[in-house]
Amino acid sequence: MSKQERKPLLLSGLEPLVISETTNFVNIGERTNVTGSRKFLRLIENKKYNEAIEVAREQVLGGAQIIDVNMDEGMIDGVEAMTTFLNLMAAEPDIARIPVMIDSSKWEIIEAGLKVAQGKSVVNSISLKEGEANFVAQAKTIKKYGAAVIVMAFDEDGQADSLERRIEICERSYDVLVEKVNFAPEDIIFDPNIFPVATGMEEHRENALDFFNATKWIRENLPHASVSGGVSNVSFSFRGNNTVREAMHASFLYHAIQHGMNMGIVNPSMLEVYDEVPKELMEHVEDVLLDRREDATERLLEYAENVVSVKKEGKKEDDAWREEDLKSRITHALIKGIDAFIEEDTEEARKEANRPIEVIEGPLMDGMNVVGDLFGAGKMFLPQVVKSARVMKKAVAYLQPFIEAEKNEGAQFAGKVLMATVKGDVHDIGKNIVSVVLACNNYEIIDLGVMVPPEVIIQRAVEEQVDIIGLSGLITPSLDEMVYLAKELDRQNIKIPVLIGGATTSKAHTAVKIAPVSQGPVIHVNDASRAVAVVSNLLQKDKKEPYILKIREEYEVFKEKFLERTSSKTYLTYELAQQNALSLDWNQFTPTKPKVQGGITLNNFPLEELVPFIDWSPFFRSWDLHGKYPDILTDNVVGEQAQSLFADAKNMLSQLVEEKWLTAKARFGIFPANSHGDDVEVYANEDRESVQATWLTLRQQLKKTKDQPNIALSDFIAPKTTGVADYIGAFCVCTGFGTAERAKAFEEENDDYNSIMIKALADRLAEAFAEYLHLKVRKEYWGYASDEKLINEELIKESYKGIRPAPGYPACPDHLEKKTLWELLKVEEEIGVQLTESLAMWPAAAVSGYYFAHPDARYFGLGKIKEDQLLSYSKRRKISLDEARKWLNPNLIED
Amino acid sequence: MIIEKDLEKRILVLDGAMGTMIQNHNLEEADFRGERFLDHPAILKGNNDLLSITQPEIIKGIHRDYFDAGADIVETNTFSSTSVGMADYEMEPLAYELNYESAKIAKEVSQEYLEKTPDQARYVAGSIGPTNKTASMSPDVNDPGYRAITFDALVTSYREQINGLVDGGADLLLVETIFDTLNAKAALYAINEIKEERQIDIPVMVSGTITDASGRTLSGQTVEAFRISMSHIPILSIGFNCALGADQLLPYVKRLANQSDLFVSAHPNAGLPNAFGAYDQSPEEMQTLIEDYLKQNAVNIIGGCCGTTPDHIRLIAEVAKKYTPRNPKQLSNV
Repeated sequence: MSKQERKPLLLSGLEPLVISETTNFVNIGERTNVTGSRKFLRLIENKKYNEAIEVAREQVLGGAQIIDVNMDEGMIDGVEAMTTFLNLMAAEPDIARIPVMIDSSKWEIIEAGLKVAQGKSVVNSISLKEGEANFVAQAKTIKKYGAAVIVMAFDEDGQADSLERRIEICERSYDVLVEKVNFAPEDIIFDPNIFPVATGMEEHRENALDFFNATKWIRENLPHASVSGGVSNVSFSFRGNNTVREAMHASFLYHAIQHGMNMGIVNPSMLEVYDEVPKELMEHVEDVLLDRREDATERLLEYAENVVSVKKEGKKEDDAWREEDLKSRITHALIKGIDAFIEEDTEEARKEANRPIEVIEGPLMDGMNVVGDLFGAGKMFLPQVVKSARVMKKAVAYLQPFIEAEKNEGAQFAGKVLMATVKGDVHDIGKNIVSVVLACNNYEIIDLGVMVPPEVIIQRAVEEQVDIIGLSGLITPSLDEMVYLAKELDRQNIKIPVLIGGATTSKAHTAVKIAPVSQGPVIHVNDASRAVAVVSNLLQKDKKEPYILKIREEYEVFKEKFLERTSSKTYLTYELAQQNALSLDWNQFTPTKPKVQGGITLNNFPLEELVPFIDWSPFFRSWDLHGKYPDILTDNVVGEQAQSLFADAKNMLSQLVEEKWLTAKARFGIFPANSHGDDVEVYANEDRESVQATWLTLRQQLKKTKDQPNIALSDFIAPKTTGVADYIGAFCVCTGFGTAERAKAFEEENDDYNSIMIKALADRLAEAFAEYLHLKVRKEYWGYASDEKLINEELIKESYKGIRPAPGYPACPDHLEKKTLWELLKVEEEIGVQLTESLAMWPAAAVSGYYFAHPDARYFGLGKIKEDQLLSYSKRRKISLDEARKWLNPNLIED
Repeated sequence: MIIEKDLEKRILVLDGAMGTMIQNHNLEEADFRGERFLDHPAILKGNNDLLSITQPEIIKGIHRDYFDAGADIVETNTFSSTSVGMADYEMEPLAYELNYESAKIAKEVSQEYLEKTPDQARYVAGSIGPTNKTASMSPDVNDPGYRAITFDALVTSYREQINGLVDGGADLLLVETIFDTLNAKAALYAINEIKEERQIDIPVMVSGTITDASGRTLSGQTVEAFRISMSHIPILSIGFNCALGADQLLPYVKRLANQSDLFVSAHPNAGLPNAFGAYDQSPEEMQTLIEDYLKQNAVNIIGGCCGTTPDHIRLIAEVAKKYTPRNPKQLSNV
């Protein structure tokens, strides 16, 4: 028949397999067969399904386009093994990609396989062996399940062993299927029996030739049908001599394909490339296959004895990822869901890490974040993510004993999370995934299931003292349930963080409708791999507060943005905003000339001088104790804890001061300066001609009520045009030198408490240093407030004259200003504080900023700016608009 | 088959959302219960399918609204009417009755309209949802081999539903919102069995759901793999519905249209849900998007899913009249 008329055989796993006239030979993986692989049999017998699945994966990686699964072994329950294995394969997207060949001589095993395959599979096989009635019944059933079928050349009289019998049986089978069963002819695949050659028996001489010719006849006479076969049978007599077998397979395939065989079971590692078989060997082999000489068999046997069987190198290109660095390997394993190596990789990571938990927080979570991103971008889909979660779990389970061993007290879990699908909603797939992913990250999960009424959620949350409540919902009304629950929590003054997830939920809805009704944190988490990071942030003492604040801010911004679209919050053009700048009366004010100008370095500043300047309230906040110092020490709820913590802190503080654990350094300077537009020019000297540095300030653009100015920091400096000699200061203080080493030493002793303590104290000392230095500048170095007398509380309330705003904070959110500051003051050269690529300071216990001396200078929030100011800023900063956008993104209005 | 004749002549219009219309009635628990289920142990609010028994006039009203809007096919209110789906409400034994009653009232309304406007065909499609369980995916990631439901259990459950729909007078069966192809295969298996046993022929429409930008069903199949997996028994049409708005869904529908020699259907949502879960695509907006389907000759049956109302369907029907249907016979093979 003509090529145009041949209908393609269409199969599917998660992806389609179209076998048409133009398709190359289709390779069927055959190692997942208990009758053909002793290794696979052993794995199935011992129910080592994880490893058995790896056998399947190797087949797919090795290029199999269909995967044959056979569980026909007396010692195993074939129905159960087939069902379990196919179900497990379905959870492996890279395997489930391709169609399954359900291979069994037992009908009940075939049917069990058909019941779990969502794609269009191939049944291997049915035949007329048990008579036509049985054949018809089986074919009808297969049709109802939706599968193609392999028909063996076998009938009531036995297996076809000649060309004539092959033709006779295949023709009869075809007619029955097409005419009586109405089976689609393109879904019929014949297996006309590949039998061994070179057996020494006369009747086997033509086995290969008969197969070739039968194949040709079928393809020419039975419209649309395909031909398949198990190739390795042909070389059965050469077991033990792989070189000959591989050559024979290559040749057999070559000729079979020429005759029209379009698919077959071939072990790719037992196959030589046709053209690479030595000529002499090929000639001997083909003499046998094609029955070209009387003495072909003897000649090949003789020749074979001289052929050294070389063990073939496994085709391992796809294992190349094993050569990569550890982090990449872990990420690869998570993305691909391969758990075969995860334990050894985890062990390696554990050895490299300071603490086992860092393996989870570091490489494993990094990998899961990649998974989350890919999932979000539609490049991975659900089953793959579920698979990734399992690899993650395995890694965590491996780390568990090490984490346990490290713990001071026997606390079992990192935290307790309640999970529930809200009232009226029954969808729980996503919720369960999140639960498992969290559970494998060492969180205890209290899963209340679906349709959980709010009162039950709240009651259980309180009873179980959970750390976090996770709410899920897929349908629209669930959104209102979530709002209701948040309101109820708020009404009952319960501040347990709430995570919101599920298909209809969104960040916008969470930010606009849920978060505002509750005092406690409410965070939208739409996928499992992100959930871990969120929960981890919420449960780590030193991260929780800043994280919640960050989320609150983020949601505020989000909400603002959202509402901006509907409400009429208006912004001035940059030009109008500039016209509405704060204008101070420079005629009435003469700036104080600093006593000292230029840069000054303070090295090894005595820590004891800083202690009185410590603001203790943030210290307690960093330990999750809320309240104002010193009232917090007598607080009804946290007072006792606060006192004990305070005692420990004081102890360490005096020790670290005495033993000089930390080194405090500062670099600062006061310079002649004038404003020029929204810039502040810093001059090299009082001539005010040579500009040494330029600060770029940003101006508020939100339309203000009448008489309220649109401020920029530059408003606090006398404009050049006034001729007034003004000044500006800048500083960087750091008390972090020595912190990391000390913290590490504590951690090595498994002393997390003191590790956190030292970091918290260093942070406080840095702030204290900034406060101290500001005082010194006001009173001495600059001296504009030499008569100032303030006690510490007033310092904290900032009731002094002048401000010290810090780049990255609300008045000047532009972190790039730090670069200017570092250059102006030569901070790194002078005191060794560095800027990371994202412009964070290292050591972390550092504060940097400007000094403004004008009595009317005050802190403010920039708020949102418009594109016109961004454009002006990018030009002044001499960077591209895109780069400017990147740095100022949080402050940009979405137009 | 009459419907095939109609489909050759013009683009048929399927109705819009049932749930959205029911929501507008703001029904309370008591309305759902009616008198008959006053003492039912489970909460019934939200069991929309039950309204066919307790509030049949409301459901009939919705069918009428859609016929008035110009729909050729209305779907029975049976999306979740299987014993599997009804388990949430402890109403498993009601499955057959729900389907029977839903089909019966839809058929009554369609008869009304056949008499009123005899020149327009009015079909009742028995809606067969995916159930709330997946046969090829585990809900428990610790146990990927586990299945919350088996093929056999689904077949049993679907058989009840299909028998009810057929007895109640459904003209077509619509297996829709297929997120797991194995569930749909169980439905097709049941349909096939019933057709054989009862010696009847009833056209079957099949409609899958592409869940997101991955372009796959929830169970991971691509458009092509899904089509191939649904190719083993004779069906009238294949298509996609739900999850996406008309514009996002179009590329996948076109892929089907380019490959399948069956009639192609689409009933997308009224856009993507907004931040509050509501669908705010206006009938006019949706009409414009649907017109792209028609211009590109991608469909034979067009309608709406979540968030669509009679106003949407009215505009869709208006624009569908202006175009000729896709001719599936022009396709030889893949």
